[in-house]
Formats: sequence, structure tokens, C-alpha cells
Amino acid sequence: MKVATQTFKFYSLVLMLFVSAFAMAENTTDPVQNSGGQVDTKDKVDAYILHHIQDSHDFSLFSYTSDEGERKHFGFPLPIILWTSNGLRTFMSSEFHHNDDGHVVVEKNGLKFAKIHSKIYELDGAAASVAFDETHHATNAHKVLDLSITKSVVGVLIIGLLMLFWFTGLARQYKKRQVPTGFGRVLEPLVLYVRDEISRPNIGEKHYRKFTGYLLTVFFFIWFLNLAGLTPLGFNVTGQVAVTACLAIFTLIIYTVSGNKDYWMHMLWMPGVPVLIRPVLAIIELAGAFIIKPFSLLVRLFANISAGHIVVMSLIAIMFTLKESLGVVGATGLSLVLSFFITLIEVLVAFLQAYIFTMLSALFIGMAVAEHDHDHAHDEQGHEVSDAEDVRGDFI
Amino acid sequence: MYNLIGAGLIVIGAGIGLGQIGGKAMEGIARQPEATGKIQTAMIIIAALLEGLAFGALFLGK
Repeated sequence: MKVATQTFKFYSLVLMLFVSAFAMAENTTDPVQNSGGQVDTKDKVDAYILHHIQDSHDFSLFSYTSDEGERKHFGFPLPIILWTSNGLRTFMSSEFHHNDDGHVVVEKNGLKFAKIHSKIYELDGAAASVAFDETHHATNAHKVLDLSITKSVVGVLIIGLLMLFWFTGLARQYKKRQVPTGFGRVLEPLVLYVRDEISRPNIGEKHYRKFTGYLLTVFFFIWFLNLAGLTPLGFNVTGQVAVTACLAIFTLIIYTVSGNKDYWMHMLWMPGVPVLIRPVLAIIELAGAFIIKPFSLLVRLFANISAGHIVVMSLIAIMFTLKESLGVVGATGLSLVLSFFITLIEVLVAFLQAYIFTMLSALFIGMAVAEHDHDHAHDEQGHEVSDAEDVRGDFI
Repeated sequence: MYNLIGAGLIVIGAGIGLGQIGGKAMEGIARQPEATGKIQTAMIIIAALLEGLAFGALFLGK
């Protein structure tokens, strides 16, 4: 009963957070934003999609132009934290008034900032706005170290807290009874699936326990963030190169640190091949282990999720771009049907990408800790290495 | 322009490859239904590697 009350309290808190967002409607009377009106041209759709794919400094849920020509934004501002040449500066993103082309200049303790395409510039001296040269480098401003709580950071924090809450709750339930209740019943089969179908067969019976924690974390982290990206909140966290690169580097560090003697020997001085070929193989293996494997991990996740978001938003945009040729009802119906089914596919992709990232991480870790030795593969005990594991290890 | 053509060629190649993987996996499963799980796992891994290449091409072509 106590757990149930806590759960209720927690969800009401989350609900309140989101409801309060709608109270923060904000009007902008910036002439630049006003001139456009509705999003109905191809260029504007392109700009809107690219803006969504990027990380942003404020949490914007939606915006529209009212009859009076005012641009109304619904969402909430996020803190901007900058490490400048003159120390730390913090302020709320609402001070930029949803401006993203450098027209609004924020002044904080003698330093002036402008935001252009989600990047914050510090203006030098008496400059009033950022000027660019032909190669698109700012001439009178420079970028600052941006430690802001951006939209993606909020996404990571929310999902992190939810995971902490759900999984500690699930773990605590096993102390009292054997069967979990509530949301734990959804999570338990997935935890067992990752352990028994991904971790154990790929890493091996002897070592899998040590790495299952990481694999479970990374699986649920990616999966929940992918699913959060499909909600109208509009997160695109796993479609940020920085996030996927960070995850790939975690995997790289884990399999590099836990690699055993056999792993390094097979990488640096491959047994069983002519001596002249060994250095060549070493170069290929080193490039594979330190560049290609993490790079393929990061590009796959980033590209899949970004491409998925672009496709969904392009199909939604059909209702604006084909309005003339198909009529309002036709274009809206077409975009509704197409985006509905592509979103269903995206739900599958969300799971599949989490699965593949976890699977390949397990595979790489498994290759690093595998204890079979090709020189003694046919010894008198018969050497127990399952076929599937051996074959999989060879083509990556 | 040329990068678009190149990206298109790579995607065609990846499409052929994906078709091959799927088709052969189907054949394999039809021949040995008891090995479905192992075949599927291997299939998904190769498909994922191929897909990474195709997406890389898409981003180059953009």
C-alpha cells in the first residue's frame, strides 16, 4: 500500500510538471517571427524539421500565430549555463524570447550573448550583432563553453530518474515476494530477455554476470529515450551524435579494459598466419577495435533515429505541402494514414535499435573476454565453444 | 550532384544485400526450423551492419 501511495505521488508530480508547462504560454512580438504566418512552404518545413532534429535551449511544445499576428509559444524555458572568458554566466533561455537568429542580445554582467541556430556566441566589445565572413566564421564574436540544461539533457534526466525509480522499485519487490507487481511485471520479462538472450549467449557463461548491469542499463536507456522521441514532447536525444558517441565510448572503454591476453594477442600478433602478414593484420584489427566498431555503433543509432524523425515529420508535413494539389481533406487524410503507420514502424525501430546496440556491445565484450585459443581449439577435451558464438565472432 | 548519385548507388547495393540476407535467412529457416533463433540473431546483426553503411551513405549524400 505504501508503494502504491508513493507511485501515485510520483506520477502526480510528473503530471503537474507537464501541466504547468501550458501555463507558460509566451507571446513574442519580434517582427522577424511575425512576417511568416503559417508553415506552408517546402523551405519552412525543411527549416522546421532541421530545427527539431537539433538540440534546443528551450523546451518548446508548440507554437502558433494568433489572429492578431502574434507568435504564441507554449513550453517552458530552461537554464542556460555558460563558461565564458570571464567566468560563469547563468540565465534562463526565455531571455532570448525564442529568437534563434541572433537578433536578441542578452547582456549579463558586461558580457553580451546572441543565439544563432542553437549555438550561443559571446559578442566581442561593442558589437551589436554577430557578423559572419564567407567561410561562416563569426568575425566579431566567439563560441563559449555551453553547459546548458538543454532539451536533450532534460530528456536524459527525466528518463534517468524514471529508470532509477522503476528499477530500484522492481529490485526492492523481490525482497518481499517472488513475483513483482505493477509496472515491474512489464520490466521483468525484458530484464530476463536481455540477460538470457543477449548477455549470456554472447559473453559466455563465465563472465556474463559482470557485464549484464551495463547491458541492461544501456538497453533500457536507449529504448526509453527512443520511445520518448515518439511522444509529442519531441525529444530527439538518441538522434544527437554527442549522446550516441558517449554510449559508444562507454562500450569501447569496457571492452578495451576487460580484454584478456588472448584478445590482445589476436589483435596485435595474430597466431597461425605468416609472420609478414601479422603487422598488416594488427593495423586492421586496431583500426577495427578503436575506430570502426565504436563508429558503427554511434552512427547506426544516431542515423536510424534521426532518419526516423525526419520521415515522420516529413509525412506530417504532407498536409501542408500537398494542400494545393490534393485539397485540405485529401492531404490531411494522406498524411494522417502515412504518419500513423510509419510511427508504428518507428515503435518497432525504437526497440530494434536498443536491441542491436546492446547486442553488438555484448558481442564486442564477448570477443574481448572469450577464452578460446585457436592454437588449442582441437585439444583432447574437445574444447567447448558453441558454433554460433564462433561464427559470429569471425565476421565482425 | 555526384554525391547524390553515389549515395543512391550505395543504397541500391544495401537494398540488394538486405534482400539477400532476408531471403537466405528465410530459406535457412524453412530448411531447419529448429535453428530459427540462431539464424534470426545472425541475420539481424548482418542487417544492422549493412544498415549502418546505408545510413552513412545517406548522410554523405545529404
